[in-house]
Formats: sequence, C-alpha cells, structure tokens
Amino acid sequence: MFVHALWATVYISIVAQVLGIILGLIAALMRMSNFRPLRFLSGAYVLVFRGTPVLVQIMFIWLIIPGRTVGFGAFTLKQEVFAGILALGVNEGAYMREIIRAGIDSIDKGQMEAGKSLGMRYGAIMRRIVLPQAARVIVPPLGNEFNNMMKTSSLVYIIGVYELFSDAEQVFSSSGNVAPFIAVAFWYLVLTSIWSIVQASIERRLAVSEHGDELSLRERAVAVWTEGGGVSRLGDWPFGAGGRWRGRS
Amino acid sequence: MTSSLEGLVLRATEVHKHFGRLHILKGVSLDVRPRETVCIIGTSGSGKTTFLRCINHLEKIDGGSIEVNGHPIGYRMKNGRLVEDSERNISRQRTEIGFVFQRFNLFPHKTALENVTEAPIQVRGVSKQEAISDAEKLLARVGLADKKDTYPGKLSGGQQQRVAIARALAMKPALMLFDEPTSALDPEVTGEVLDVMEELAHEGTTMIVVTHEMGFAKRAADRVVMMDEGVIIEEGSPEHFFESPTHERTKAFLSKIL
Ligand SMILES: Nc1ncnc2c1ncn2[C@@H]1O[C@H](COP(=O)(O)OP(=O)(O)OP(=O)(O)O)[C@@H](O)[C@H]1O
Ligand SMILES: [Mg+2]
Repeated sequence: MFVHALWATVYISIVAQVLGIILGLIAALMRMSNFRPLRFLSGAYVLVFRGTPVLVQIMFIWLIIPGRTVGFGAFTLKQEVFAGILALGVNEGAYMREIIRAGIDSIDKGQMEAGKSLGMRYGAIMRRIVLPQAARVIVPPLGNEFNNMMKTSSLVYIIGVYELFSDAEQVFSSSGNVAPFIAVAFWYLVLTSIWSIVQASIERRLAVSEHGDELSLRERAVAVWTEGGGVSRLGDWPFGAGGRWRGRS
Repeated sequence: MTSSLEGLVLRATEVHKHFGRLHILKGVSLDVRPRETVCIIGTSGSGKTTFLRCINHLEKIDGGSIEVNGHPIGYRMKNGRLVEDSERNISRQRTEIGFVFQRFNLFPHKTALENVTEAPIQVRGVSKQEAISDAEKLLARVGLADKKDTYPGKLSGGQQQRVAIARALAMKPALMLFDEPTSALDPEVTGEVLDVMEELAHEGTTMIVVTHEMGFAKRAADRVVMMDEGVIIEEGSPEHFFESPTHERTKAFLSKIL
C-alpha cells in the first residue's frame, strides 16, 4: 500500500506540474497578445488562482466535477484524483505564467526581429528561437516550483486522494501514533532531495559555459545536504528568479 | 536602364511615420532599381533606422506606400481601403527582404551554420542537405568556412556580422537592407565586413546601406541619399557628395564625419 502512496504523490505532482507548464505557457502567450480580451483573460486567471488558497481551489474543483471516474481513452482516473491533479495544475499554471513570461522577457527583442526579418512566423520564432533561449531562465525557478508541488500535492488528501500524506493520516487516525508523520516527512525529504540532484544536473547542462564547474553526482548529492535540501541556488535568494516567497504548503 | 519595364525593386512613396506624437518620417520617397546600391547618410535621429524598419514592416507606416518588387508591403486593399495584411502574408513578403542589424542579432543557441540554414529550412522548406551545402558556400563567401560549427558567442563582432550577412543572403532576397552594419564593431574589424558588402555590391546585389563609412560609399554606392529630420534633403552620386554637396546641412554633416 505504502509504495502506491509514494507513487501517487510522484505522479500527481508530475502530471500537475506538466499541466501547469502548459497552462502557464498558454497564459504567458495570451498575456503578450495584441488582442485585448486574451490579455484580460490571462490576467483574470492569474488574479483568481494566485489570490485564493489552493485548498479552496481543490475543494471547489472536486465539487464541480461530476461522476466517480474520469476516462481518457484507454485509462481512467478516480474522480478525486482527476480533480486533485486539475486543481494543482491550474493553480500552478498561474505561477508558471509569471516565470515563463519573465523568461521570454529576458530574451532580447532583436531575436524576434531577426526571426521576422527572415520571414519566420510568430509561432516558429517562439518555438525555435525564443523559448529555447528562455528555457535557461525558466528552468531554475521551474525546478523550485516542482519541489513545492511535491509538498503541496499533499493537500489533495482533503478530497480523499490516496497519497503519501493521506496514507500517514490513515495510520495515525487508526492508531493515534505520530510515527507515521515522521516517516512521511522523511519520504518527502527523499523525494525533494532526489529532485534537487536531477535539477542541479539539468541546470548544469543548460549552463555549462556559465558555471564551468563540473560536479560529480556524489558531490552534487553532498551539496544538496549542505546547501539545504531541495532548494536550488537561485531559490536561496529571496528576490531571485525562483525566490518568490510563497507560503502555500 | 531606368525603363519602367525593368521594374523597381523598391518604390517608397511619401512614407510617414509617427511614434506617439513625434513625427519621425515626414514623407520619404525613394526608388531603388535592380542591382543598385544606395547609401543613406544623415545625423543621428534623422530616421534612417526607422525608414529601413518600415521597408520590411518591422514598423507600421502611417502614410504613403512601400512596394518591393511591385508588391505593397504590410498592407493590402480591402473594399477600397488599405488594411494591414495578415501575419502570414507579411512574413512571406519579408522573405524577399534581407535585413542586417547594427547589433547582428544572431541566434546565440545555434552554430554559425545553423543560423544560416534556419530560415531556408523552416520558411522555404528547403531540404536539410541542400540548405547546409548552400550555407557552407555562403559562409565561404564571407570568409568563415572554418567557423561553421562555432557558436556566435565565440566569434568576434566582425565575424558575427559576416555570419549575419550570410544568414540574410541565404533567403536569396531581392533587396538587402543594412543598418549601420559596422558601427557596433571595433575599428580593426570594420574592414572585413565592408569588404564583403563591397563585393556584394559589385556582384549586383540590390542593397540599401545606412552607413557613415564614406570610403565604402565612394567605392560601392551608385547613389547616396542624405536624410535630415525625417526627409531626404539631398540625393546624388558619391562624387557629388564629396565634391559639391549643395545643402548646408549636408555640408555641415560631411565636414563632421570626413
Ligand atoms: N520605438 C520608438 N519609440 C519612440 N521613438 C522612437 C522609436 N524608435 C525611434 N524613435 C525616435 O525616432 C527618431 C529617429 O530614430 P532612428 O533610429 O530612425 O534614427 P537614426 O537616423 O537611425 O539615428 P542613428 O544614426 O542614431 O541610428 C529618434 O528621435 C528616436 O528617438
Ligand atoms: Mg539608426
């Protein structure tokens, strides 16, 4: 059972994060559109989903989605799992919009103009010229977002999703023993630590020339523990790219 | 040579442009014939860059018209009125116009070769092998055959600008626009870029070059145009500008840069 709970936390977080990236990208592009209603929609989205507690959003989306299961062609999800992922993803999208927009804004507008002057169209310039360069700026805070996501995903226990936290909660309510919460904290720490190592290696690959310091896997693992688990370099900085203070979980 | 049958590459008529309340272009008219090289000179802020940017519709115009190879740029007739053209059509028109920027604007995440092959593959749908072999020839032509796998960040300014020229040429445009292509370069490397451009001019590339390099104008230009405060105030052969400029402001400007 416990392995299922661990896996549920991992996949709920991954799917919700991917959904958040997609929605954030769409919202960021809408924000930059010349068409005012799209900009307005994007603004309203961010206002609502950053301005209300994610817990409320989870409850609300869970309440409005009918049925007991939601099917996607070959596979089906339990209604509460679908609602949980959707709520986390939509909430995350509002934060990702800002991160993606900052990434796109950081690219010199001469890049867009160079693409245009070659006859490339907006979509192609975004996809092939601007976004690949913006990725360098987007990835570090995105890594921090995912770290947050793994922890925030525990909130879906409230709508009855079976995952790490609810597993501990169940054991606690039947036994009155606090040990499960210590165990669950340990497992979150394992997840976020693993992610930090992955994140560091992705960032290093994106910016080899900038940092130049090639750390081995072991050294990186050590760095994770000495620098504080689950927080990237940029995340340490209160006002850095990833350092938006955010007390969600 | 000027027979109307031959057609003009550029016909700009009474072009007006405002930025907010600033009237930047106040009726600029310029015709460019095939194989002609026109140099635009003029004081800072006279609207030279703005004019070039209007030609490939990086800026919208507020009045007048711009035609390249007989096709209006950026606008089309709809129910007897001019409306801005679709993004798709504007993009297609831009393939006919090469633009070389003051600050190169190379794609830093792509090698020199990839910079040159990007648009032919993505826009023209040329096969990869063909694009690469074309790009290799173009890089050789600008003297950078050995730098094809180098990223822009590892190239000197002069080398980057030559890659940028090759990148624009790869689309085989009917008209090349250069906006002060050497003004962001160290003096030692302006020569290598000007040499490439001079060669293009002598090979019959139709081009408009905003530049203050009067030596280049003398060697390569068929015609020099002086802009001042949003209008063309004087036009003539390079010799005319060197020997007998007529307008007071031209004289004052030339005495400063020569
Ligand atoms: N996007 C813009 N918004 C507002 N004003 C602008 C904009 N672009 C240019 N201008 C103004 O238009 C005027 C003409 O600018 P432009 O860049 O065309 O001059 P230029 O002749 O190319 O000058 P330089 O020799 O310095 O490059 C300047 O006063 C400039 O400040
Ligand atoms: Mg200029």
